[in-house]
Amino acid sequence: MGTYVLRRVLLLIPTLFGMSLFIFLMLRLLPGDVVDLMTAGQEQATDESKRKLREAFGLADPLPVQYVKWMLGLLRGDPGKSLRSGQPIGDALGQALPVTLELTLLAVLLATVVAIPLGVLSASRRDSGADFGGRVAGLIGLSVPSFWLATLTLLFTSLVFSWVPPVSWIPPTVDPLANLEQMLLPAAALAVQLMAIEMRMTRTTMLEVLNQDYVRTARAKGASERLITYRHALRNALIPVISVIGFQIGTLMGGSAIIEVIFGLNGIGATLIQAIFNRDYPMVQASALFLAAVFVIINTSVDLLYGYLDPRIKHA
Amino acid sequence: MTDALQVALPARALPDSTATRPGRLTRVWRRWRNPIGLVGAAVILVTVLVAVGAPLIAPYEPSSQAHKRLLPPGAPYLMGTDELGRDTFSRIVFGARVSLQVGALAVTIALLLGTSLGLLGGFYGGRLDDVLMRVVDIMFAFPGLVLAIVIAGLLGPSRNNAMLAIGIVYAPAFARVVRGSVMAVMAEPYIEAARVTGASDWRAVRLHVLPNVLAPLIVMVSVYLSQAILSEAALSFLGLGTQPPEPSWGGMLSAARAYMELSPWMAIFPGAAIMLVVLGFNFLGDGLRDVLDPRLRSL
Repeated sequence: MGTYVLRRVLLLIPTLFGMSLFIFLMLRLLPGDVVDLMTAGQEQATDESKRKLREAFGLADPLPVQYVKWMLGLLRGDPGKSLRSGQPIGDALGQALPVTLELTLLAVLLATVVAIPLGVLSASRRDSGADFGGRVAGLIGLSVPSFWLATLTLLFTSLVFSWVPPVSWIPPTVDPLANLEQMLLPAAALAVQLMAIEMRMTRTTMLEVLNQDYVRTARAKGASERLITYRHALRNALIPVISVIGFQIGTLMGGSAIIEVIFGLNGIGATLIQAIFNRDYPMVQASALFLAAVFVIINTSVDLLYGYLDPRIKHA
Repeated sequence: MTDALQVALPARALPDSTATRPGRLTRVWRRWRNPIGLVGAAVILVTVLVAVGAPLIAPYEPSSQAHKRLLPPGAPYLMGTDELGRDTFSRIVFGARVSLQVGALAVTIALLLGTSLGLLGGFYGGRLDDVLMRVVDIMFAFPGLVLAIVIAGLLGPSRNNAMLAIGIVYAPAFARVVRGSVMAVMAEPYIEAARVTGASDWRAVRLHVLPNVLAPLIVMVSVYLSQAILSEAALSFLGLGTQPPEPSWGGMLSAARAYMELSPWMAIFPGAAIMLVVLGFNFLGDGLRDVLDPRLRSL
């Protein structure tokens, strides 16, 4: 088990390295250039002044030099400065990370708390009206665009409660209640799709497990239906659900970018989108890598948890 | 032994202690084995008809600003008018074209790109395969929508670039599935036989490999179509996809945000349209899986 964990953790290094190279090349090889954009429409911008700007931004170096410089900076914990605001990128991302993490984790929590009991209910009353309703609700949940839900939620709260989201993020350490009030709605809008996925997955795996021999044995021994469902079946049915949650966290982080924009939250996704519109290369580069790194690390943790929960795959 | 027992006993014959007399809804559900798939197919059919016949169905020019602004739904404006005095219903109808086109073309790009890469990697193996699969792994390590946002943003906001971005992001999924199936097929003796008889690589792939990967690809296409339509709407919502004045549902929803307290319907209809189409594809996908995967149907 120890070596397995170590191997998974060490495997993060080449993955992160490959991701950084991928992001770097993508930014350099796709057309579009920050200097052209910044000087667009300015008559006095000559080729000479553009060249100077490029040099100042380090964009004139050959690609390998630019990459090595960026990597060395990252390893020292310095991803550079924003081309637009001059703010150190490390500071900007450090402020944005807790917002995105809280939003994502709260959404996972909300989705799981609602979805798993519903999935169990749907499975244990297979083919009943409740099951049919649950399946249809699940498909609807899968299809609702989260950004539409978020927009409608804001519309509703502003019309009915005259509530509009605060301008800036309130950390839970400062005011936990105000923080929850601010984050609950965006997290709920983000959670719906995951909720549907988890519910469907729980239903399917529960049905599979309920058909197993050991469940029949438990029934034959006279165990109550409740005990069978929660003690024998659910524990085993949850294992695949956990891996799905891990895999869906990436989708959640993508969706979180839009939700952040709608609710005016300054998370990593919103920062990334802003940087893209600004053609702020160092910022795009760093925030995309950061978002991907958080995703990969969470994914690895879920995999390790999975190995811990299911002894059969411990040494896989 | 236990397996034989389970095959012999249909799932429904097993004692089900929670089952009482089935309710009315339950009996209706059992009679039409797969209403979900049928509803999905119907929704998609209607959407395709609306998209094709848009000029016949839409009562007004979708970009005509000749109407009063921000009118509520009601005759003669079925879904009201927007902030520039355009008829929302006409724009929704024409928006179906954008959604379906972008979705279909993006999935086609992903299918062609992914299938080619998967075939190359799976058929030739070796170093080429190693490199391709590392790239695929790395692309998988990114949240999909984030990658699409970055690619679409860097290429420049436009409908075609959004399409390309979505296609690129979905390609690795196709590459991986195709490569897996190709690898499995390559181990079969008939491939060896084909080669011994002097068949060219292309002939072996065309006649023996491609037919074998067709089934998983069909299921994937239906799944990714709904995802592509959602992604296009998301990109257009962020201003990175279809640009105004072209009517796209995501863009309309985004424009509605500034006016939604005055005219909430502007925010309601485009989102409902997105949901309905995606729902159609998801219903169809669910139905297809029930039909194509008998193991899951018995559950």
